[in-house]
Amino acid sequence: MRSDAAPFWLKAGAVAGLLFLHLPILLIFIYAFTTEDTTYRWPPPGLTLKWFAAAWERDDMWRALGLSVRVAGLSTLVALALGTLLAAAVARFRFFGRETVSLLVLLPIALPGVVTGIALRSAFGFADISFSYWTIVLGHATFCVVIVYNNAVARFRRMGNSLIEASMDLGATGWQTFRHVVLPNLGTALIAGGMLAFALSFDEVIVTIFTAGNDLDTLPIWMLEEMSRPRERPVTNVVAMVVFFVTLGPILGAYYLTRDADTVAGSGK
Amino acid sequence: MTGAAHWSDALWRRPGLLLALLLAPPALWLGIIYLGSLFALIAKSFFGIDQFTGMMTSDITLAQYGELLQPQNLDIYLRTITMALLVTAASILIAFPIAYYAARHARGRVKALFYLAVTLPLWSSYLVKVYAWKLLLAEEGIIGWVMDGLHLRWVLEAWLSLPIVGGNSLSVSYTGTFLVFVYAWLPFMILPLQAALERVPATLTEASADLGARPGQTFRTIIWPLALPGVVAGSIFTFSLTLGDYIIPQIIGTSARFIGSATYDYQLRANNEPLAAAFIVVPILVMVAFLVIARRKGAFDAI
Repeated sequence: MRSDAAPFWLKAGAVAGLLFLHLPILLIFIYAFTTEDTTYRWPPPGLTLKWFAAAWERDDMWRALGLSVRVAGLSTLVALALGTLLAAAVARFRFFGRETVSLLVLLPIALPGVVTGIALRSAFGFADISFSYWTIVLGHATFCVVIVYNNAVARFRRMGNSLIEASMDLGATGWQTFRHVVLPNLGTALIAGGMLAFALSFDEVIVTIFTAGNDLDTLPIWMLEEMSRPRERPVTNVVAMVVFFVTLGPILGAYYLTRDADTVAGSGK
Repeated sequence: MTGAAHWSDALWRRPGLLLALLLAPPALWLGIIYLGSLFALIAKSFFGIDQFTGMMTSDITLAQYGELLQPQNLDIYLRTITMALLVTAASILIAFPIAYYAARHARGRVKALFYLAVTLPLWSSYLVKVYAWKLLLAEEGIIGWVMDGLHLRWVLEAWLSLPIVGGNSLSVSYTGTFLVFVYAWLPFMILPLQAALERVPATLTEASADLGARPGQTFRTIIWPLALPGVVAGSIFTFSLTLGDYIIPQIIGTSARFIGSATYDYQLRANNEPLAAAFIVVPILVMVAFLVIARRKGAFDAI
């Protein structure tokens, strides 16, 4: 006798695991409305909206937010270019060092983040480069490449060569084939990869601390400083909540864009 | 035909040229900026420190590596590696039911829901997650309140009075640090594990059951060995992320240092850059060895 029903303990374990993953975040939202601003007293003694106004008036927060958006924007563009080129090379060619290259692209996220941070800082030191917007972007782009690469290489593999060969056989030029066959097939994978890269860069802090120097605060660095400060604590919650929802958009978007591709690729089991 | 069409056709006809053009920018970026930086880091670990000025000197020396053998530094390695092992083990334990249910029982909408429920926390802000636990574990916070409500305060007190894992409150104990690590890295374990479990053919487990194996036997001899590449892939992340993290122990836990926080302190506070470099070279070697072995075992097919 065999049944497809999951045993109770399996269901319970799975549900408990998911609750463990999701419940703590809710606390951030609730504490954003508390009237208590020096301790983390539970339950909150009262509820208020004033911290939203207080956060809105913080110039340092806006500066940090602006810097984070500019860093994530440029890093994403660089990662999109490099990741797509690399994916095309790895997916469509067999060449010496191919395995090494696909391991190399993984290194910046497989090695601890502090390694990337401190390594870049050492290189900046040797090369006499002073910290700026550009040094932050350099670091972020390096670990964002792999996100775009993973999305693009999966799509290239699924696409296969036959479409491209058919297009060339039917007389399209190389450019036309790229423009009308390769790019439309690749499009959603690139947008998804780009959005995830943006989300990753937007809240990265471990590498950034090493590459930002002392007077440049990205939003996560700002949040980290706020966390150790006893005054106006709920403002940190308001910002954390906003950061949560800002990154939620790209994540959901990336999911919906690659959903069909994934179900097609994964249905062969 | 336009000129643009001609050059683009030339590229398709000469794959070597196309490959070179595709490969050059990313290879140069990763090769020069990333590998170059790693070499700079490793080189720096062999530099000396002037005893009087505290400035870095360019004499080649093994002094920093000798320094690593000091008992307090060995303690940091031991503490971090123990923590990384425990976090990895706990992640496997918690991830398994989720991954197994999602891979083999969930269908359609439920499966999509499971996938989203794991990917959302994977990508959502790391700092927001850590901050949530600062609120959760605070002494005056929700855990104590719930424990009071259930009249189980004494369980919490008993746990906190234990040596090593205990402390004044959860937010300043190793237990707290451990919980946050597990929470933050758990999705990195679930996804590769689920991918590996998806590939275990249902016919295999059915055959095993038909041939009289009990569920435990089927798990031990069929499911676990086939899930192992996923476990290894997930462990790369949980292990590596724990080895290098310096934010979580700083926000939640005792003042004892981990590899990441010691590196951070030597680099940014004490300004002893060669020692910071030497400190972090050891985990790099550990992780590279881990990656090479994992690759041979086919763990990357599961990512």
